[in-house]
Amino acid sequence: MSQSAATSDLSVPVRRRFSLDNRYIAPLFITTILVVGHFAYGILESYERTALAIVSALVAELILGRIFFGKWINLASAYISGISVGILLRSPAFWPYALCSVLSIMSKYVLRVKGRHLWNPSNFGICVLLFLAPETVAALTIQWGNFIWPLLVIWILGSVIIWRAKRIHISITYVLAFLAFAFLRSWITGDPWRSEISPITGPMYQLFVFFMITDPKTTVRSKKWQCIVVLLVAFVEMLLRLNHVVYAPLYALFLVGPTAMLIEIWKDFSHAKAQSRKEVL
Amino acid sequence: MRGGKVARIVLAIVFVCLLAMPLVMRRIDAQREKLNSSQGASAALSRYGFHFDEVAKTSDVNFIHKAPTLDHRLDHIMPQVASMGAAVSVVDFNRDGWADLYVTNSGEVSQNALFKNNTDGSFTDVAAASGVADLNQTGTGVSMGSVWGDYDNDGYEDLFLYKWGKPELFHNDAGQKFTRVSERMSLPAWVNANTAVWFDYDRDGRLDLFLGGYYAEDVDLWHLKNTKMMPESFEYAKNGGRKYLFHNLGDGSFEEVSQKLGIDTRRWALAATVADLRGTGQQDLFIANDYGISELYLNDGKQFREAGKQTGVGFSPKSGMSASVGDILNQGRYSIYVSNISEDGILIQGNNLWVPRDGTGGDAVEYDNLARAMDVEVGGWSFGAQFGDLNNDGTLDLYLVNGYVSLDRNQNYWYDFSKIAGGNSTIISDAAQWPAMDGRSLSGYQQKRVWINDGAGKFVNVAQAVGASDVYDGRAVALVDLWNRGVLDVVVANQKGPLLIYKNNVAPENKWISFELEGSASNRSAIGAEVRLFWDGRQQVQQVSGGSGFCAQNQRRLHFGVGKNPRIEKAEIRWPSGKIETIEKPSVGQVYKIKESA
Repeated sequence: MSQSAATSDLSVPVRRRFSLDNRYIAPLFITTILVVGHFAYGILESYERTALAIVSALVAELILGRIFFGKWINLASAYISGISVGILLRSPAFWPYALCSVLSIMSKYVLRVKGRHLWNPSNFGICVLLFLAPETVAALTIQWGNFIWPLLVIWILGSVIIWRAKRIHISITYVLAFLAFAFLRSWITGDPWRSEISPITGPMYQLFVFFMITDPKTTVRSKKWQCIVVLLVAFVEMLLRLNHVVYAPLYALFLVGPTAMLIEIWKDFSHAKAQSRKEVL
Repeated sequence: MRGGKVARIVLAIVFVCLLAMPLVMRRIDAQREKLNSSQGASAALSRYGFHFDEVAKTSDVNFIHKAPTLDHRLDHIMPQVASMGAAVSVVDFNRDGWADLYVTNSGEVSQNALFKNNTDGSFTDVAAASGVADLNQTGTGVSMGSVWGDYDNDGYEDLFLYKWGKPELFHNDAGQKFTRVSERMSLPAWVNANTAVWFDYDRDGRLDLFLGGYYAEDVDLWHLKNTKMMPESFEYAKNGGRKYLFHNLGDGSFEEVSQKLGIDTRRWALAATVADLRGTGQQDLFIANDYGISELYLNDGKQFREAGKQTGVGFSPKSGMSASVGDILNQGRYSIYVSNISEDGILIQGNNLWVPRDGTGGDAVEYDNLARAMDVEVGGWSFGAQFGDLNNDGTLDLYLVNGYVSLDRNQNYWYDFSKIAGGNSTIISDAAQWPAMDGRSLSGYQQKRVWINDGAGKFVNVAQAVGASDVYDGRAVALVDLWNRGVLDVVVANQKGPLLIYKNNVAPENKWISFELEGSASNRSAIGAEVRLFWDGRQQVQQVSGGSGFCAQNQRRLHFGVGKNPRIEKAEIRWPSGKIETIEKPSVGQVYKIKESA
């Protein structure tokens, strides 16, 4: 879910899109969701756990950034990773919050190909914890409160922010694909269609749609392919859902996102190689 | 990216080590669990100080719980809606000094049972002869549980039966039979209740009654007006049943005073218990709610004030299923245990153990959840839990049952459940929108937990080692010394399963002492009376309870284990009337029968 770019590594077009002000809108938005949600509904496991997740992410980013980029890098990205872990991860224990945040940030530095990291950091961290420590952790799948208005406010605000970041097409494509596949699943399984669209009305999807699938650093560059990739995420999610996988969207992104990145990197590499051959000739 | 090759290799190694950490922890836990479970009976007796034998059949207790069949519009999710009703309460209804058991059934026209203790190891069901068997007739709803209390102070425990349907009060006619007196109590026509507790909230010497609704009271589960009767949220629901507090007027009649006294909530109550949590002499009311936060009503004798958030127990919403209190740290204060739901990788709520924070007390009492720190956090889909000293070592242990719906072992409903649980209120609240269960299990076939208290702040699960190895869908647990041997036996009521009696065999070197109290100025059942036992420089407080756990009531007798070669200093009895009596140097191995002095 985090806007995963280490600031120093942002490409120029992305830097333009995320002016200094814009860069802090997402952290502010997610913080607002957290604070309002918590005081309205008590959504957090505890202040301490969320704080631990955030601090762990910040510290990991500071240390690793210093070692591998040689400077103190902007912490907006790490903050979003940490707060995402704090919201999405559910565990009565403390250690999963720290471990998940640290693994999320480390994944950006370890799992890299040709200078680009592959996984959305918090998506990576949460999926890994769900897979390796299911007896201790779960992800947020329940509703925050009963009322439609907070939900609408989050969707509207989130849409505005993502629109300003020029990534609204990703969110819209995903939501439309999810709804289409929900009806298809309902037709296949015979379950009520409302039960199939039910998950997207929950908070996990609010975070998933606005922060995770739109992450600039772990999505492909062209607008068309961004839409195709997110369509594939929704499709794989449908396949996982048909196999009763509870965290289908997280796993779908975990599988599809890096694959798309690898293909793009490979294409870039081939293109660069062909270019250099041409230049030599 | 900068950084030398060595730095990158070190980073990769650290990364892999961190990834491996959960696996290593899981392996260590599995080995510890294996070590604790691979014991024979004699090894368990020698290592843990006790061992269970399940003796229901040999005690002539052949009771199988039946679930109701509700409105056909719930057919597709019937197993999870009709998933409660197995309950057990302990009573000595005929005052012969031997504990008897009342067990509820929930199938339409099924029979409840009153197992009279024959004192020779066997029981006889006398419910039909006593007039408390045929209480699930069509149109009246079905039983969910019962609590016993001597509301008219005539010396015999009376029966309050709560149902998804019409609640009933039965007067105990000198231990011979029961007379229905529900009309005198002005009971509501229909309450979908899953909890009730007798207690004397105003300390006038007469027992009052709290009754907690689960589904809203205008829902008749056999004749639904519509299918929008489910909770509006998985953790924030406030569309459950109302609560009732019946004030005993002393002439056999009761007045409903809940809203007048400040108890006005529509959360989905599944369990309630009462204790003097602040040391004020007043009985505070704790409610564990499904689909939401717990509530704690502080009682000043005339008014209740909800203080869940203030005290810390009503903050994080979970799925409260059971509430029980115990002085687990031998510090003279009660902790509160609330069971919730945990399912690997899907929903890890964790059970709560609310321990009073050091330095807080009185009206400013605050609690910390120490369930994880003390290793009593994860059970499963947990229901009833009770504290009691199972090995007589001087510390309170904890018995917890788990398991929700056991159907097909190879298919589970969790995916569909989580799909709905995350949805908006308009979807989750409508039963018609829930996918069909189609014979799938939902947290079925789960093992139980028998956590023994090491006295140093940790509990260890020894369920398999000591013989508590059933995997029925456990609901109510009651602790009772069934055969007056100075040990706590365990009775478990299972949904759509048999009533189990775990006869406890305790190492004889661990001593015990018990107190059977009878009020005079206080209510005659002595509900709310406390005994504080001092021995070997330690103390432990216990109270006579009018209902605790999930749909259960333990024996009235207070049982203290005191370990090996104890030197008992004194027992201090505080009656609900406020009187305090002290017994100096009581002897071990005895049941002290104490009547409140005039």
